[in-house]
Amino acid sequence: MSASTTQARPVPAAVGQRLLEISGLKVHFRTDDGMVRAVDGVDIGVDRGETVCVVGESGCGKTVTAMTVLKLIAMPPGKIVAGSIMFEGRDIVPMSPAQMRAIRSKQIGIVFQEPMTSLNPVYTVGQQIAETVRHHEGLSKKAAYERAADMLRLVNIPSPQRRVHDYPHQFSGGMRQRVMIAMALSCNPKLLIADEPTTALDVTIQAQILELLTEMKERLGMAVMLITHAMGVVAETAQRVVVMYAGKVVEEATVEDLFANPRHPYTQGLIRSIPRIDLAATTHTRLEAIPGTVPSLLNPPKGCRFAARCRYVTEACLAAEPPLVEKAPGHKAACIL
Amino acid sequence: MIAIPSLLGISVILFTVLALAPGDPFEELATNPAIPPEVRLQLRASLGMDDPIYIRYFRWLFAMLQGEWGFSFVSRINVDQLILQRLPTTLIVIGSSQILALAIALPVGVLAATRPYSIFDQVVNTLAFVGFSLPTFFTGLLFIMFFSIWLGWLPFVYNTNITATGWQWWWEHIRQSIMPVLVLGLFQGAAWTRFVRSAVLDVIRLDHVTTARAKGLPESRVTIRHVVRNALIPVVTLVALQMPIVFGGAIVTEQIFRVPGIGSLLITAILANDTPVIMAVTFVFACLVIFFNLLADIIYGWLDPRISYR
Repeated sequence: MSASTTQARPVPAAVGQRLLEISGLKVHFRTDDGMVRAVDGVDIGVDRGETVCVVGESGCGKTVTAMTVLKLIAMPPGKIVAGSIMFEGRDIVPMSPAQMRAIRSKQIGIVFQEPMTSLNPVYTVGQQIAETVRHHEGLSKKAAYERAADMLRLVNIPSPQRRVHDYPHQFSGGMRQRVMIAMALSCNPKLLIADEPTTALDVTIQAQILELLTEMKERLGMAVMLITHAMGVVAETAQRVVVMYAGKVVEEATVEDLFANPRHPYTQGLIRSIPRIDLAATTHTRLEAIPGTVPSLLNPPKGCRFAARCRYVTEACLAAEPPLVEKAPGHKAACIL
Repeated sequence: MIAIPSLLGISVILFTVLALAPGDPFEELATNPAIPPEVRLQLRASLGMDDPIYIRYFRWLFAMLQGEWGFSFVSRINVDQLILQRLPTTLIVIGSSQILALAIALPVGVLAATRPYSIFDQVVNTLAFVGFSLPTFFTGLLFIMFFSIWLGWLPFVYNTNITATGWQWWWEHIRQSIMPVLVLGLFQGAAWTRFVRSAVLDVIRLDHVTTARAKGLPESRVTIRHVVRNALIPVVTLVALQMPIVFGGAIVTEQIFRVPGIGSLLITAILANDTPVIMAVTFVFACLVIFFNLLADIIYGWLDPRISYR
């Protein structure tokens, strides 16, 4: 099923150099019921100019991982318990708030899931984009507005000169997400984190936004870390894929490899649960789902976290957690099989 | 635009209620043996008191529109003069107390909300709770006991005939305004602090605040431009809606501190059945309340671009 959905993409020249290296990251949240181990030892690397998809069900720690890279999680109750986040060779974890502010938007831009609520309703989109570039690049008010209009043009918003003066409520959901992307890219960051940027949008708009992200990436040459729960999005955009489950990475591979030869039963389940129009038309099979739900991260099970839902579960799975090991060159999985 | 019909409606209700209310300004004359009943009846007729209510209402309305507010039955002074004597005092006392209340509520509420459940927040919450639980007539008496009687720092009766000149005159006026302003201001301030805190807490966890942080803006700018600015919208509504209560509370405070404002004028007029004065003062209150609502609508349109006036 992989060959038809993924084709080789042009690889930018700068690939090969690590831009972001998350290793051993643990983020825990203190709640009334106890510690929630939202992210429990995650390793993700992103090369320059590369698109990495982080995929997994709701509640598996994808968003927390993304937010932690910019330290946008609420601390407290959140806490980075262990691990490092190296960005261009510098560790983000011990950085001061002032150092973080210099990285946000300027080095790493972020697009959120909800375009309807992510913009401030009382300022024009121009003001909101201009605010970012004025803060980071010290542009004059006029120059900042020109940059804002340029950014709107870049993300294909019609009549940008007029639209910069409009308020968010005068834009549709898809258009607002374009504004968010324009804002995130306005300072030309080296990395764009997109946290489920299409989840809240109509299907047709989703495709447009993904196309826009790919186009932006190619024009501006930045790296993209795309958080999603849709395997279809992964197949369409990613070069490398990281599959997360219950706060851990369970598999990592190139997109071709992952779809051709998924090693972890969870990944196999995710791929099987993609709706397929060709099968729906011919046979009367129901859409496959992975039974059960993600285990509570308050008190995760001792062995493999997927064991309770796994069709190949063995004694060994329940006894100890399988480590993430290289099964083939560039293909890692955390499964004893 | 709705203001004019509202005022007309208010005036109709006021007039009818006052006309139907028991009590007669001529009661005093009735008990006076020097005035025979015929004279009293003649007086009534000459003042138009025996006409039907609606005729009297229209007569009042047209006179009012021409700036003819009638004269007080009791003091024989024109009502507009009487009100103009008293209104500035009330507006100054209420105005400064509301400014004081906002000056307390905005910074304290915002600071408490940005540090939820900290010691500062808990102290603020407790004080605010105490502040708005104590009625103004109680705190007013406490203040008089403490500052005027025990410490002897402040006068407890408001004096309009201050003879001093220059700086001394200002000083005396400020000294005697401190207590009424504090009593009203602290009470409102306590209530508003809690409201500002919850309004800010509502905004602070919205997505667009995270967006603002993701831009790399300093926390102070995020708070002022992206949190407080949005939280002001419900605060303006509350402040405007509370204006009638504020004027009501001012009547009580004016009585306690003997402030010769419009509130104490109303009380004396009611006790004396001085209908023209009651009518005019309540109408002025209604105008003030409607004016503040109008002001709130204007500020609203300026704060929230989603509301537009065509």
